[in-house]
Amino acid sequence: MTNEAKMLDPLEIAEAWHRKGRAVALATVIETWGSAPRAVGSHLVIDGGGNFEGSVSGGCVEGAVVSEAADVIASGVSKVLEFGVADETAWRVGLSCGGRIRVYVERIDG
Amino acid sequence: MQLSTLEKLNEARSARRPAVVVNDISSGRAQAFIEGEAFPAEWEAAISETLRSGRPKLATLDDQPAFINVYLPPPRLVVIGAVHISQALARLAPVAGFDMTIIDPRTAFATAERFQDIELLADWPEDVLPTRPLDRYTALAAVTHDPKIDDYPIRAALEAGCFYVGALGSRKTHAARVERLRSAGVSQEEIGRIRAPIGLDIGAASPAEIAVAVLAQIIGALRHRDPEEQGHAT
Repeated sequence: MTNEAKMLDPLEIAEAWHRKGRAVALATVIETWGSAPRAVGSHLVIDGGGNFEGSVSGGCVEGAVVSEAADVIASGVSKVLEFGVADETAWRVGLSCGGRIRVYVERIDG
Repeated sequence: MQLSTLEKLNEARSARRPAVVVNDISSGRAQAFIEGEAFPAEWEAAISETLRSGRPKLATLDDQPAFINVYLPPPRLVVIGAVHISQALARLAPVAGFDMTIIDPRTAFATAERFQDIELLADWPEDVLPTRPLDRYTALAAVTHDPKIDDYPIRAALEAGCFYVGALGSRKTHAARVERLRSAGVSQEEIGRIRAPIGLDIGAASPAEIAVAVLAQIIGALRHRDPEEQGHAT
């Protein structure tokens, strides 16, 4: 892997952030319906300060995932989040493609 | 996920080794497995299928909902020969998502001016490949049609199980190559894996058109890999 690819790689970033003593959560797309901008398996990494890298959508729901990640970091309990046009929160944060996604958020412990 | 699991996964990825992570969604437990390792017997089928398809999926393991994520090495293209076709490939391959490397010991061909923004190694394949091994997620296109340069990397690519091995040259050139490979002990079956003449038959005439034909053939080989060949450790 080149250095540049590593700089943009959420899993490498998660490890690097953890090493620096930052609290880290990892979000992963686990299911999609309809048109979804990021494939199943895509990652977003979030730290305790709300910094993030990577993506689980085309930028539509990252804000909501980041705020949920704060809870996951605090409690250590993983969560499954669902966003879609039928969901009020998702509509508010705007998954404008009309798709629906489920995102798994977990804390990196160790 | 434990940090140790993440570290194991990242190590496998940077070594270009296929890996899966099994997330137990209800407990939050995650385990990483590298291809070739023993998997828990009851998970074997689901994990092998995910490694074969390269598609992450939800599954039920031990009666619990689980998400199996899969990390396959990104496809790479190694081109032997810094020729006109390679110049066109150097522009096309990155667009299609391939990391591309060109190897050619002939320094008159392998000049930085002819190949900007592409990794170019002006050395013999014999010297380069041992330190940068080919693998099943690599396509090799040998386009010098000079046996001194092409033969070694073609054999190395067959041995490494590259998902694509293509060789430029007329039918006559290829017939002579087949003879050389056969006398060097390469099996008929292995020789049959070489795509020659190189490229899809689209009537390509110019170097740029041949590059399109080659890249299309490589993409076809990547997307239609024999599922039986994947999931086997090397």
